[in-house]
Amino acid sequence: MISRRVFLKNGGFALVSLGFAPSFLARTAFAQGRTVRAKQLIAIFQRGAVDGLSVVVPFGEPEYYRARPSIGIAQPNSGEHAAIDLDGFFGFNPRLRSLKSLWDARQLAIVHACGSPDNTRSHFDAQDYMETATPGVKSTSDGWLNRYLQARHVEASTPFRAVSLTSQLPRMLQGTAPALAVNQIGQFGIRGGQSSDMMSASFESQYAAAADSVLNGTGKEAFDAIKMLKVADPAKYQPENGADYPRSPFGQALRQIAQLTKAEVGLEVAFADLGGWDTHVNQGAAEGQLANRLDDFGRSIAALVADLGDRMADTVVLTMSEFGRAVHENGNRGTDHGHANAMMVIGGGVRGGHVYGKWPGLAPDRRYEGRDLAVTTDFRDVFGEIVVKHMGVPDTRTIFPGYNVQPSKFPGLFI
Amino acid sequence: MRRIRTRDAFCWGVLASMLTAGAVAGFAKTIPVDDRTVTHVLNRIAFGPRPGDIERVKAIGIERYIDEQLRPERIPDGGMNARLAALQTIGMSSRELAEKFERPAIEARKEKKASGDAPTPDEKAMQQKANSVVVELSEQKMLRAIYSERQLQEVLTDFWFNHFNVDARKGADRFMLTEYEREAIRPHVLGKFRDLLEATAKSPAMLFYLDNWMSADPNGPHAEMRPPRVVRGPFGRPMVMAQPPRMPAQGKNAPKGLNENYGRELMELHTLGVDGGYAQRDVTEVARAFTGWTIQNPRQGGGFKFEPRLHDMGQKVVLGHVIKAGGGEHDGEEVLDILAKHPSTAHFIATKLVRRFVSDTPPPALVDRAADRFRATDGDLREVMRTVLTSPEFLAPEAFRAKVKTPFEFVVSSVRALGAEVTDAVPLVRATQQMGMPLYQCQPPTGYKDTADAWVNTGALVGRMNFAVQITGGKLPGVVPTTLDWVNETAAADFSDATRSTIAKATTPPQIAALTLGAPEFQRR
Repeated sequence: MISRRVFLKNGGFALVSLGFAPSFLARTAFAQGRTVRAKQLIAIFQRGAVDGLSVVVPFGEPEYYRARPSIGIAQPNSGEHAAIDLDGFFGFNPRLRSLKSLWDARQLAIVHACGSPDNTRSHFDAQDYMETATPGVKSTSDGWLNRYLQARHVEASTPFRAVSLTSQLPRMLQGTAPALAVNQIGQFGIRGGQSSDMMSASFESQYAAAADSVLNGTGKEAFDAIKMLKVADPAKYQPENGADYPRSPFGQALRQIAQLTKAEVGLEVAFADLGGWDTHVNQGAAEGQLANRLDDFGRSIAALVADLGDRMADTVVLTMSEFGRAVHENGNRGTDHGHANAMMVIGGGVRGGHVYGKWPGLAPDRRYEGRDLAVTTDFRDVFGEIVVKHMGVPDTRTIFPGYNVQPSKFPGLFI
Repeated sequence: MRRIRTRDAFCWGVLASMLTAGAVAGFAKTIPVDDRTVTHVLNRIAFGPRPGDIERVKAIGIERYIDEQLRPERIPDGGMNARLAALQTIGMSSRELAEKFERPAIEARKEKKASGDAPTPDEKAMQQKANSVVVELSEQKMLRAIYSERQLQEVLTDFWFNHFNVDARKGADRFMLTEYEREAIRPHVLGKFRDLLEATAKSPAMLFYLDNWMSADPNGPHAEMRPPRVVRGPFGRPMVMAQPPRMPAQGKNAPKGLNENYGRELMELHTLGVDGGYAQRDVTEVARAFTGWTIQNPRQGGGFKFEPRLHDMGQKVVLGHVIKAGGGEHDGEEVLDILAKHPSTAHFIATKLVRRFVSDTPPPALVDRAADRFRATDGDLREVMRTVLTSPEFLAPEAFRAKVKTPFEFVVSSVRALGAEVTDAVPLVRATQQMGMPLYQCQPPTGYKDTADAWVNTGALVGRMNFAVQITGGKLPGVVPTTLDWVNETAAADFSDATRSTIAKATTPPQIAALTLGAPEFQRR
């Protein structure tokens, strides 16, 4: 009990005045009593297949400019619309300049030509495969992040161990381990005026008694979470270190992730997504449709990293998208569905400032099925390395069923 | 109990022989008309029972109710006209909507551009006016689902729109969906699948949404594109406004290209299903066949047009069928024939219908029978529905409350259960969006998922309880319940003792009704 009181005092939670302490808070308190802070993973999904060749531009390859006469990003030092040089061969889209300082600080790594061994070009299937981490197998019932939660049993688990800042739980977090989907954490609770508490208690007992296992479990999570947020008071949150989140839904989602992290409510896995990447028509280059989405994407992530400050030592931000886009631009100054793509891995423990993976080249004979960037790194090797090296789960057999995760295949993102 | 089961088994036997005889209507009542079974039927064929509905179905019998619902054109529905009278846009053509709602917004924007100022009040008003088209369409969907006597038609319109999903936020689609649902979807939901398929394939809404309107033979003369703009859509959601291409004659040095988007989704989502047995080569061939299927003038709300200058005149081979060179517009129709007749399509459609009406895990035997019926009747959806709705699987107790309601189904069934008078459907549309299901704004062409896992999560569940508290407490403007007692007295008859005892502790009628609508059992249908 002593350690709990100490924590509650230090954590600034006004539990005394509320007159109750949910059991899970006591568990968090004990967990926080340990000196080592829990590792955290923030997964970001760019739904719709972002054009990785416009995000991390292979400007050192002449074929890139041949394939993309109207939407190619110019070589570095050729004006304000030029790519931002990263390593003499690859460059950031100029609208990702907000992330350049993380690259320079060696906190941001890129894995290029990364993707799925399955050849599907369907958004639906490819997202499904990336989220279940079982390419080619549609019958997988749960997501890989949920299986991670199952594999790493935590005594001090709270309703906020896994949170998705979306209105629906993404496939990646679906499964038997509890996970919370919530759009606006400040509005979480039963709002019934003067009878709020009575109604909340009545609903809670209904769901607690329900024989319906699906709704019973979800109901229990919901009421645990309501109690916890009441204590954490999300309304008073102030970002730190000058973090300036865009007012976009994505920026606000990341802001809430930072808020939950700092509330010490036991957040271990967080998820956010953003769409608008399916640029079949008028994709644009340094300006336009794609560039505007990248601007929001980059500035939101930069704000999150700034806001988390020292906590980034224990945090990894991982970005992904279901597949890349065809090497050649199409007849509508856009790009059609392709194959390999670029992922970003950001964190204090990441060996950043490097583009990982073997670059297959863009020449027609080097392409996948003659048209797309070939996959040289299986996305499960990136996920696997994060799970093993960052999150500290050595045995990944249940997380990546049917796939042999071996350190020798890891890109080398961590020491 | 035992006696009842024996009787049920006997009824299934009778039912089966009736089906073999191909006749259902006109038979004496054979399905037990107990409250639970009738409630189940109204939860699936309709958007849940209203006060009085259970008695009405009991009086005529379930077979006759199903048979009536399968013939919506014979059901008087005059009340709907008065309910929808205030929605001025829902009967308009896309051309009219473009002229009256879209153009003023475009012109206001142009004026702003010319003056270089921030959005003027006038521009904002025009933008709002343009958005009102989708808002009214959503109100219409809500009101029909609540009040139409042709309930199965509305359930199926929801199902088939979702099957052939188009997102209103994609550019010109925001004023094309009104005509799309009214003319391509609703008239065909109990007709021939092939007709429904062609109606969607030729609809400007689908041609625009899946980019086919600008797909062109890489070796022909071409359309030229201009960059899209991002504006605020309904309820402030951002949307991309693609600009129409100049017609071939106007474009010089125009880019060339095939767009595979429609070809792929047509097979994966509309007909064969992703495991339906097609390859990337088929996707490309189908896309070639549909080149030239375009839109007369999208920004002015024009209709379907075949443009020979965009069409690839060569031979195509689709799923082993040769489509001869020089077919022109007919190429696409031939592809639709091939796909509509394909056994994978019958199976895929049957699976989705059984999932919607029976269970998240569709009984394979019923899927097979429904698929057989699909093939035997040349895709007659009325007959496929008859097979599903009169099946033992549909009426089996295991199917009762086996489906978790989508947010839309939850909202509509709540309003119906309260016998509510709705003078403004917008708060209901907004509530559905807040629970994670914005109407007409589902981004991927897959449409919304129809299984429990997509809709059961902590955030959405709390949203449902809050909706129950709001609507019963009279906190939704324009939505007035006429009875707070009926839902607890009748619809909650099969709720568990635990749920009922919690409800019994509440003291006021609104609280009792809220705890009934927010209860675990009411989240299912």
